[in-house]
Amino acid sequence: MKIRTEPNPGSGSVAAAAPTASLGRTRRWAKLKKDKWIYLLLAPGLLYFLIFKYVPMWGILLAFKDYQPFLGFWKSSWVGFEHFKIFFGNPEFVMLLRNTLILSFYNLLFYFPVPIILALLLNEVRRAYFKRTIQTLIYVPHFISMVIVASLTYVFLTTQGGIVNGLLEKYTGSTIDFLASPDWFRPMIILQTIWKESGFGTIIFLAALAGVDVEQYEAAIMDGANRWRQLWHITLPSIRNTIVILLILRMGEVMDNGFEQIYLMLNPLNREVAEVFDTYVYMMGITQGAFSYSTAVGLFKAVIGVILVLGSNWLAKRFGQTGIY
Amino acid sequence: MNKTYRTFGGTVFDAANYIVLSAIGIAAVLPFLYVVAGSFASDTELTQRAFFIVPHSFSLMAYKYIFSTDTILHSLMNSMYVTVVGTLVNLVFTVTMAYGLSKKNVAGRNMIMNLIIFSMLFGGGLIPTYLVVRELQLLDSYWALMLPGAISAFNLIIVKNFFQELPPELEEAAKIDGCSDLSLLWRIVLPLSMPVLATFTLFYAVGHWNNFFSALLYINDPEKWPLQVMLRQIVLLSQMAAGSADSVDYNYVQQAQQSIKMAVIVVGTLPILFVYPFLQKHFAKGVLIGSVKG
Repeated sequence: MKIRTEPNPGSGSVAAAAPTASLGRTRRWAKLKKDKWIYLLLAPGLLYFLIFKYVPMWGILLAFKDYQPFLGFWKSSWVGFEHFKIFFGNPEFVMLLRNTLILSFYNLLFYFPVPIILALLLNEVRRAYFKRTIQTLIYVPHFISMVIVASLTYVFLTTQGGIVNGLLEKYTGSTIDFLASPDWFRPMIILQTIWKESGFGTIIFLAALAGVDVEQYEAAIMDGANRWRQLWHITLPSIRNTIVILLILRMGEVMDNGFEQIYLMLNPLNREVAEVFDTYVYMMGITQGAFSYSTAVGLFKAVIGVILVLGSNWLAKRFGQTGIY
Repeated sequence: MNKTYRTFGGTVFDAANYIVLSAIGIAAVLPFLYVVAGSFASDTELTQRAFFIVPHSFSLMAYKYIFSTDTILHSLMNSMYVTVVGTLVNLVFTVTMAYGLSKKNVAGRNMIMNLIIFSMLFGGGLIPTYLVVRELQLLDSYWALMLPGAISAFNLIIVKNFFQELPPELEEAAKIDGCSDLSLLWRIVLPLSMPVLATFTLFYAVGHWNNFFSALLYINDPEKWPLQVMLRQIVLLSQMAAGSADSVDYNYVQQAQQSIKMAVIVVGTLPILFVYPFLQKHFAKGVLIGSVKG
């Protein structure tokens, strides 16, 4: 079949091209028809990505328009970078940047090491049932919703009958309004994260630790190494790459503080330290209806986020390939 | 290995380690134990006793109270509906697309994969997505909680990779026996993928049950609120009733007592604790599937 449609060297190439093309098309059509179920199965997913991922991306144009509800998306006028200028000139911008970065930095400083230490402690446990029991307990908070975590925090820390303030009053005579205090906001967020995620965060380190060759320890013991020496010379180096890569990847997420957690703990009294980009976008856009302005703020955050993620992934890959030496 | 290095220091370390880990393990669940105890206690006991796991005054008052109106029950039903139907939607969308993409001869496959990966990196953001949902008339509809997150790109790629790794001979044999692509998926691929699908069913289901953000964004009608939003109303907003602009004036919400709040928290946590044994098994696996993929 193919031979017959091969253009004859003697005939004009223009005349020969047409039948080849049409036959190629029918063959492609036949192939499509053969795979019709595959394409049908792909359709819902494609529609999903188109409607809920790519249409919104195109909706980013809103950031460069002055959206008026009665004019709609198309008829609203273009304003260029006006919203960005307003945002960068706004003192709130500095506040948001500061709050976002400080929370991420605290997270890195106070939360990041916790799962590593916890994994190292668990790794020293020789009794399997004890290790399993502890793991079962410390994974629980990961599955609890942020609303429950915030609710627990409220119930424990409220000045109206909360247990913590009850104890404080009993022993110090005064109470602290943790929930409304700007000083306590960041510690509260970090403690929530430590309680909720550090148990689950051990999984990846425990997996890395499980890969360490037992013979290394045996050899070290023969050479007279004690527990600390083993930890320092065998255990830690074996998870060093995992730690470095996770640390780098976390750098890529410094703009993300997690909307739900912050939003749930945010109130007018601690706003000066609590408001971050995500909650600001929600407040300005959904609560106050400034769609264009908040789209611009969101876009700014997303662009910085992409740069950070790409940069940190590039770094992580370099470390992954060359090791750390 | 154990015996060779039993030194005094090692024994002390082991003992300390067991004590520290036990304390951490208890700390992970202690807030629940207290809240469960508190939900069965009277408010006078809650204010008078510092900390307890067993209440002296056992009362079901708080539970009677929260189930005296339909509010909580209703939001529980809403959450269950969204979790069940939403997870089904997730699975259908994810599996069909993953199966389609697992076929190497699909036209435009690489381009589609690149578009999916790009969408993991960059998105339209909150407001444009909100406007799309609004334009589709999905506000105040449960579809707004199910469709915008129907596929997690990350899960999709893992399921796709899993499908690709199934032995191709199975497919060839089935094709020779006259099996269409559709029945191939249904009769061969899905039964072989049950463990992976179980993991993702749990991933998605827990996500739906715990989801607060989508409902906050898209559901304004209190009748349709899922449990997480209702929980926030009762526990958090009654706390700062004066401070917040968007607190809904629920009569009993305003006067919610500690024991009632605790009972609501217990009701909101129990479903997760029921499925926890399955979760623990599959989620640990899920974390590692994601991290080890090539």
